[in-house]
Amino acid sequence: MTKITLTGQLIQYLFTGVTVGSIYAMVAVGFNIIYNVTDIINFAQGEFVMLGGLIMVFFTVTAKLPLPLAFVLTVAAVTGVGVLMERFTINPLKNASVLTMIIVTIAVSILFKGIAMFVWGKDPYIFPPFSGSKPLFFYGAAIQTQALWVLFMTAVMVVLMTIFYKKTRYGKAMLACADNPEAARLVGIKVNIMILISFALSAAIGAVAGAVITPISLMEYDRGALLALKGFGAAVLGGLGSFYGAVVAGIFLGIIESMCAGLVSSGYKDAVALILLLLVLYVRPSGLFGNVEASKIKEF
Amino acid sequence: MLTLKSVHTYYGNIHALKGVSLHVNQGEIVTLIGANGAGKTTVLNTISAITPASRGSIAFEGQDITRMPAEQIVRCGISHVPEGRKIFATLSLRDNLEMGGFIRRNRGDVLADMEYFKEKFPILAGRWNQMAGTLSGGEQQVLAITRALMARPKLLILDEPSMGLSPLLVKETFKIIKTLREEGTTILLIEQNARAALHIADRGYVLETGKMVLQGKCQMLLEHNEVKRAYLGKGYREVWED
Repeated sequence: MTKITLTGQLIQYLFTGVTVGSIYAMVAVGFNIIYNVTDIINFAQGEFVMLGGLIMVFFTVTAKLPLPLAFVLTVAAVTGVGVLMERFTINPLKNASVLTMIIVTIAVSILFKGIAMFVWGKDPYIFPPFSGSKPLFFYGAAIQTQALWVLFMTAVMVVLMTIFYKKTRYGKAMLACADNPEAARLVGIKVNIMILISFALSAAIGAVAGAVITPISLMEYDRGALLALKGFGAAVLGGLGSFYGAVVAGIFLGIIESMCAGLVSSGYKDAVALILLLLVLYVRPSGLFGNVEASKIKEF
Repeated sequence: MLTLKSVHTYYGNIHALKGVSLHVNQGEIVTLIGANGAGKTTVLNTISAITPASRGSIAFEGQDITRMPAEQIVRCGISHVPEGRKIFATLSLRDNLEMGGFIRRNRGDVLADMEYFKEKFPILAGRWNQMAGTLSGGEQQVLAITRALMARPKLLILDEPSMGLSPLLVKETFKIIKTLREEGTTILLIEQNARAALHIADRGYVLETGKMVLQGKCQMLLEHNEVKRAYLGKGYREVWED
């Protein structure tokens, strides 16, 4: 048994924090993608993560498919769910107010939760980590290899999304929609297609988050709400709509939470996110990286 | 080329256009003049379907576009430079122009046009990769017009291109409009500076509280007593004539 040192502990907490924070970051990015195009906060964002985890369990444990295939199928399936959600609940609501649509997303999240409970029951599920369960030791801290997968997937997501927004025609069109929907229509960008793409992307990112985190934290039908709350906290902390803000704030939130759980008490862990959220809303409602002017114009 | 027949448009409960008819012929510059709130902007927004018409019909090159969504209308060849420019402030100049050419399939052509405009308007070239929101009002106006031109429109709709610009930039903007006409673009223009608009245009319409009250050659309108009194101002020559 190796001696547990304070440095070792701190590294351990830090690493756990970054891992969990990466998931918050992915949820927050998912919120932002939809928010930017539609001004909607999609409260079913956490359910995408939950579905990602549980569908991954189905493909790996129940259907016994090889891991890469299961992963691809999971992401595809949840993306499909996101697309269906947009087509059947958001798209038919022509000229509905933002608040109405937000309430619709709450309804959808309850629906998804109900369906998941019906299909998988109330027990938490797990599937084996991607590359074995033997941890790595680093300065006295035990690091699960799955956590490295989480970081890797987050990095991949950041790189791909950056390329999407900066280099591709549709990515730029999405930014244009976020910037000025009316002008976007005038140059011929079909806003309802952009909304559909935003739901598909958010669902895909949620699925990835769910699929990589489940071997570490397990997954059950009602996990979505708390994840959405934390992700929302991260999105607000980073400045609603800011892509890099969401990533940085998500990881920051994860670290604070993990440090609090380790050094103070794990009972306060969930409170930290909420306290941070409240503080940000009081002190700097535009968030750390948000555009102050933009936050004044937006409805929320 | 463009024909509006007794078009009615509502803004919520406000009956903004009460049976507006107008036409624009190929190669013309047509201007709408009228007081603030007469519905000039609404006419343009109705054509490009930002605020769709509730009655009447709009045809462009023989095709009925009354019920067409905005993103489709630009594909028919109508580009609208909206009131207040509405550039994509958080995108670079370059990307603003690229988005202007969004509807065009051939990417090579779009890039070639971007290069063309970069050379044609040096004020854009110097700030090619900056966020468009950092531009001055005049530069934003040039950008907004250029963005609209990136769609290679047959008809360009301009909503108050000189709004908020210094007299020097106003001149610059009107110069651009003149060149565009020489290059064969048809233009529908509204302008708070009615005199300048009537000087540059071929024909004009006078709009009053959602109705067309007068139309004719600009020369005729410039000499029309009622137009002079209401829109050109007493002693306008002293102020505006060079």
